[in-house]
Amino acid sequence: MNYSDTSIAATTPFLSLENVRKTYPGVVALDGFSMEVRPGEVIGLVGENGAGKSTLMKILGGVTTPDTGTITVDGTAHNSLSVEGSLGSGIAFVHQELNLFENLDVAANIFFGREPLRAGPLRLVDRAKLRDMVAPLLKRVGANFSADTQVADLSLAQQQMVEIAKALSIKARLVILDEPTSSLPLAETDKLLDVIKALKADGISVIFISHRLHEIERVADRVVVLRDGMLAGTLGKRDINHDQMVKLMIGRMLKEREKASEAARAPGAVALSAKAIRTPTYPGRPVDLDVRRGEILGLAGLVGSGRTELARVFFGIDASLGGALELNGRPLTLGSAADAVAQGIFLVPEDRKLTGILLDLSIAQNISLPNLPAHARRSLVSASAETATAEKQKKDLGIKAPSVQTRTGTLSGGNQQKVVLGKWLAMNPKVMILDEPTRGIDIGAKAEIYGLMRALADAGVAVLMISSDMEEVIGVSDRIAVMHEGQISGILDKDQFSQENVLLLAVGKQPK
Amino acid sequence: MTKKDLGLLILILVVGAIVAIINPRFLLPINLANTSNLIGLFGILSIGQAFVIITGGIELSVGSVVALLGTLFIDFIAVRGMGWPVAFVLILVLGAIIGLAHGWLITRLKLQPFVVTLCGLLIYRGVARFYTADGTAGFAFGQNFPDLEFLTAGRSWGVPNSFFALIVISIVMWVVLHRSVFGRYLYAIGKNEEAAKYSGIRTGRVVMAAYVICGVLTALSAIYFAMYTRSISPASHGQFYELYAIAAAVLGGFSLRGGEGSLIGVLLGTVLLQELQNLVNLLGIPSSLNFAVMGGVILIGVLVDQQWGVFRARRRMVDAARKGAVGAAAE
Repeated sequence: MNYSDTSIAATTPFLSLENVRKTYPGVVALDGFSMEVRPGEVIGLVGENGAGKSTLMKILGGVTTPDTGTITVDGTAHNSLSVEGSLGSGIAFVHQELNLFENLDVAANIFFGREPLRAGPLRLVDRAKLRDMVAPLLKRVGANFSADTQVADLSLAQQQMVEIAKALSIKARLVILDEPTSSLPLAETDKLLDVIKALKADGISVIFISHRLHEIERVADRVVVLRDGMLAGTLGKRDINHDQMVKLMIGRMLKEREKASEAARAPGAVALSAKAIRTPTYPGRPVDLDVRRGEILGLAGLVGSGRTELARVFFGIDASLGGALELNGRPLTLGSAADAVAQGIFLVPEDRKLTGILLDLSIAQNISLPNLPAHARRSLVSASAETATAEKQKKDLGIKAPSVQTRTGTLSGGNQQKVVLGKWLAMNPKVMILDEPTRGIDIGAKAEIYGLMRALADAGVAVLMISSDMEEVIGVSDRIAVMHEGQISGILDKDQFSQENVLLLAVGKQPK
Repeated sequence: MTKKDLGLLILILVVGAIVAIINPRFLLPINLANTSNLIGLFGILSIGQAFVIITGGIELSVGSVVALLGTLFIDFIAVRGMGWPVAFVLILVLGAIIGLAHGWLITRLKLQPFVVTLCGLLIYRGVARFYTADGTAGFAFGQNFPDLEFLTAGRSWGVPNSFFALIVISIVMWVVLHRSVFGRYLYAIGKNEEAAKYSGIRTGRVVMAAYVICGVLTALSAIYFAMYTRSISPASHGQFYELYAIAAAVLGGFSLRGGEGSLIGVLLGTVLLQELQNLVNLLGIPSSLNFAVMGGVILIGVLVDQQWGVFRARRRMVDAARKGAVGAAAE
């Protein structure tokens, strides 16, 4: 490791991890990972989705216990941290999802549960004292709002300042920012980076996790890169640049691209076409995208890049703020998911348990739900028709369950996902959108789902697959569209496929 | 019939037997006929409520609707000289319009069902009182409608026709709730509205239809109540009826979160409630304690049901753990 800032290098680390290992059934999440954080140092932590960042955060927050390894905080060695221990030794988190009470004011949020009280049996909050305590904290984070503002009236960046002020109020010595900028507009991001610099000036350490590499370039003293649960490398201040980070994130051993299964397919006609579609999340970023019949179009990008939002528009859940959709060359207006289903546009959503299936209904009832009138005579549901459809899907997809009357809530993740697929395959898909179709699913079921997608494409269906799994995107897709901050940053054809190209586009750079 | 329904039926029979032993007048034809008439009237009302509760909603305005539409019905036929079949249909249409308005406010403007129908409770009662200038709506001396009176307040073979009406409505609504496509949608929406939407169901329309059904059934019961009392003072007529309806559904196994409950359940709930009313009268319990008895019984019923659920869940867990341990040992 080379430090450009010798004064930092000289001090003893506030936090150091040595040889930390954490496994989950079937997965090594962290493997022999070591790192140090010195007082007043800003560490940029980068890595692809699934590289082990969240596990690391959970260990530092005391939520999970590592299998082996040592965590030394402020000179004291531990095998693991507890939540109280982590907090007590001055480690504070600012999560991507903020934990603020929107209906309370800033001061109440910062000292929630620790309010100064007035003397007397009524335990009234001492408002004047509270204000006095909050004022210097807000000044330190450079807040331009007062302590009695309602949190609901603040912008996202301002809310993050409140979170950071809260961290300062517990005398935090290390503040961990987990993707704080992923939902911030650019102007607000600058403010947040200024706050990080102010923390550093006060001698507080910061771990800054971000997918936006240019932000890391601007504030980090050192960059730690995680890959597949291992330390892929550390970059000193002088070596921090975009290409270095990307190289470490992917690794030198670029995996051989999986061979194109068959001869190059002739591209079919455009099935679903988006022209200048604008999602509610990124209203200023029009998206153009064509999905062709008979292809699997992979939609890659980092978490929060606007892929799911786009899928919601294609499925009629959200209305586009502009632009137009076309299906097989004809204009398409979607007022609801029901309209999309009627046109043969189906979605396997990201959140299986909340939106994919009804856990309390049986397999048969879930599969027939979108097409119930076809399983009914004179508006009365025919149990035998329903069972017949479900039995066919159960057999075709290999759904493992005692019977089609089994509650879907009792099935494994992979089998639940097959039920979601089954309800659409029982109809006649023209466009099939799959959002993270293999997340949380075991390897065997994954392969089956890939096979199904390919079979659909071969049958002339336009398949759009959203995935954060790089190998999956490259291995399964015929073309890959990559999103970056709400826009399509590029489309790769099969001969341009590489992890590096996808990642470059995902962070908004040009592919090689 | 589910286990829950069976338990409720047994409870009804046990309570009935005890009351009959203490006071044999319970089994007199006149008492049974009166009670079954009330079961008919409140049953129609409660079935309507059940359709709303199954979607996870609530309809608090039904008592006031009973007062308003009952007042209007009597006014139409007794004062304005409208033919009763016309007035009958008109009242049902008005009930549908009220339900449609509530459903629209709830699904399109995203207002909470509790708030919308609470406002309805206040508005319809106020309008009814204003309409009669806080007086009483009733028939003039000697005014008779033989056909209407037979259908609503009359009896066949000693059984009140209102009870027959409830049976017919129950059969129809049982088919709708438990066998039809619409009924399946209702359960799906009550269980998980988001997932139902993602399955391509037009959830807004389905929920709106539930409120319309509730409105129409409430209107029908309003006519029955009006013909039963024959005179209506809108300040008190139908007061707390929404709570009777909700209580019947809850006793019958409906969850206020939606997605759970059966038609037989709400019927049995209605029967038990009316039996309790009758018990208060027959056992000489001061009628001022009426509500306290009902509240107490509902609380006990819900508690027993909930504790039974906890017990079963725990037993299932223990079983699974034991099986798991055996499986691990076998490996």
